[in-house]
Amino acid sequence: MTTFRNLRTSALALLAGSVLLQQAAAQDTAAGGPAPTTLKPVVSAEKAPDANGFLQRWLLLDPINIGNQQAEGASKAAVKKEYFPNQLTVLPRDGDKVTVAGEPLAWHALDTTLYNVNLYHFAAMQNKSASAAMFWAVTIVNCPQDMPNVRLAIGSNASSVWWLNGQEVTGIYGDRQTVIDDGVSKRLTLKKGSNILRGVVINGSGATDFCARFIDADDKPIKNLTVSVGDAGK
Amino acid sequence: MSSSAPSLFSNRQFPLNKQKNMNARLLNKLKPMAIVRRSIATMAMTAVLALAAPAFALDGQIGIHDPSTVTLCDGKYYVYGTGGNPLVSDDGWTWRRGVTPARTGAAPDVIHIGDRYFMYISGITMISSKTLDPDSPDYKWEDGGSIAGYERPNDDINPIDPGALLDPTDGRLWLTYGSYVGYIRLVELDPKTGKRLHPGEPPTNIGINLEATDMIYHDGWYYLLGTRGSCCAGTSSGYNIRMGRSRKVTGPFLDEEGVDMIMGGGKLFLGSEGRYVGSGHFGRLDLGDGVERFSCHYEADMDRGGASVLAIRPLLWQDGWPVAADNLTEGTYRIQSVRTGTALELSVEGVPVGGGGRRGGGGGFGGRRGGAGAVGGAGETNATVGQFAPGGTNAFGGRGARGGGGGRGLFGGQGGVIAPQDVAQVSTNWPSGNLEARMANYLDQAQQKWTLTAVTNAGGYPGSPYFKITIAGTDRTLAATADNELIVLDAFTGGPEQLWRIDQLTDGTYRIMPKGGVKEPVALSAIGSSFATLDKFDPSSLRHRWLFKSP
Repeated sequence: MTTFRNLRTSALALLAGSVLLQQAAAQDTAAGGPAPTTLKPVVSAEKAPDANGFLQRWLLLDPINIGNQQAEGASKAAVKKEYFPNQLTVLPRDGDKVTVAGEPLAWHALDTTLYNVNLYHFAAMQNKSASAAMFWAVTIVNCPQDMPNVRLAIGSNASSVWWLNGQEVTGIYGDRQTVIDDGVSKRLTLKKGSNILRGVVINGSGATDFCARFIDADDKPIKNLTVSVGDAGK
Repeated sequence: MSSSAPSLFSNRQFPLNKQKNMNARLLNKLKPMAIVRRSIATMAMTAVLALAAPAFALDGQIGIHDPSTVTLCDGKYYVYGTGGNPLVSDDGWTWRRGVTPARTGAAPDVIHIGDRYFMYISGITMISSKTLDPDSPDYKWEDGGSIAGYERPNDDINPIDPGALLDPTDGRLWLTYGSYVGYIRLVELDPKTGKRLHPGEPPTNIGINLEATDMIYHDGWYYLLGTRGSCCAGTSSGYNIRMGRSRKVTGPFLDEEGVDMIMGGGKLFLGSEGRYVGSGHFGRLDLGDGVERFSCHYEADMDRGGASVLAIRPLLWQDGWPVAADNLTEGTYRIQSVRTGTALELSVEGVPVGGGGRRGGGGGFGGRRGGAGAVGGAGETNATVGQFAPGGTNAFGGRGARGGGGGRGLFGGQGGVIAPQDVAQVSTNWPSGNLEARMANYLDQAQQKWTLTAVTNAGGYPGSPYFKITIAGTDRTLAATADNELIVLDAFTGGPEQLWRIDQLTDGTYRIMPKGGVKEPVALSAIGSSFATLDKFDPSSLRHRWLFKSP
């Protein structure tokens, strides 16, 4: 039977556990920690989506510390600021650097081994904090023909905003966990050839990740496309 | 005419007492029409009252007794009752008087098979026509003769109240009939002619102590629904609809406790409810795509002076039994997706109810739980990492989970009672103009509460008027766009894209469709946890199924 005493004990234990995990994570990050295994260097020119249509190849920019801006209004305001030149149009390459608030940040071409991109792992790889951070992600979606009436379907922890070929197509806000097909765009067309998909994830603290795929009118994942990140892997 | 199935009116060989008994029952059937006719005189007045009534009785002229199954013909719905004119409707919501068919009698039933509409009338006789539309050149009732009656002298049957079933599993046509005096019987008919298929064979007795039977099929079961209790007594009528089921069309039909309906069994389907007394003469209306309705009459609608009226309500299926559901009523609801569990909302940043009380300060653990407090005011608690009992209280406020003064800690709440969110206050921060609709976890916030309001003079669909759907306390109106997306308009202007048809599906969930303004029929669809769209209804998908829950 769950009693108030048990509930309180559990809650306190949970709080204490959370704090310990946070501290442990910070220590891991500071010390280099256990090597993340979900993100790998790009070794091929193009990559097909996984069996469920998730895009697994991305250019990720080192996290930008912006404070906790995951609430809806704060996130919307945050993405309207300019952090580096041409941030909504640039097609970076692996190793490119930008300077944000005097700090040099690098783009990294990576494949995820999972359906999602674990930004907590990514931050740890760069010896950065994933908390109070903004992550930029870019990938090129290559389509064999025009694909009308498709939707971008994303999930993120926490807020995220997404642009396809320069147009904002969806956004989800607030303190949330990554749920597959959480934010879904209106119907759009993937054009034949290259399409630039860009996203910003804004995290409060702790775990952070995102997933993205395109779905058709029947909610089925679209898999007859590839993703690439410039000349990475070629 | 079948020689072995003498007509009620032509056969003179039966004992007088039986004739009297039977005719008395027919008289009882006809008596209510006098009530109806008298009530028709007051119908105009009561119709005016009905316009203002929040309860969704059907609209228009709905006085009828012993209604037939609601039948769709060339876009119009038809219902025939005991004597008098039938009822006709263009949409199933607003009804008017139609044209009397070639033969009238007590408690007819109509079934559409192939290119003909067969009408069975107490007696039992049959007429048929290629159409029910009197304006059609094909409108011509042809006499099909006698179908069933007394099978032999002193036969224990009162051959009235026919009900037809076309078995969807094999295309065989069946007719149930009978009343309290004797058995409820079943005979097989020829679906090509509508006539008795084996007139030399005796009917099958399948029930007693019932009348107004109808049989339906669902998921491997045949259901016999019949009316029990006294009819034709206005607000004293005890009419109620009972049911049993069988794996075979010929029975036995057992209720939920295993009692055979031929021994008086019968699970209650519908009795009297609210302002409606005495339900009887069940009929099923399958609208397709998992939407079913049933029709019946109430012996007395107290809001219409106690007149006998037609009713159409959702028909659900639960645990293998049909369930009489209620028509959706006006009110304020949260509209929750069955697929995602998230609720439809206006796309504005929510304000925490009570102004927040966000737990935690900035950074680390505390930042995860609120940080800057977003919008809506500062929280009273201010737990920090590693120090979640400020002011000497524990995380629960030191005085229990509800707080109670002093430092309330992490779980102590704000103290007192948090008032419901005032939409007038929080909406001052909402952008003007048209906004998006989206979905989110329900948090009892103003942008998540929707008011359904029936729209008068906008038509409807079987059993219900169209609704407008607005953010409670505002005129911000959910609407469809021409490209099958959602938008929330600043104000309701009455366009078809702002009128919503809300059908309850047989599992109790709802389908929500705009009346117009779109290229094709589409339904509200939860394509993601946070977004909804409009697309073609898929009965097999959860994305089109919604719940209307108390906010």
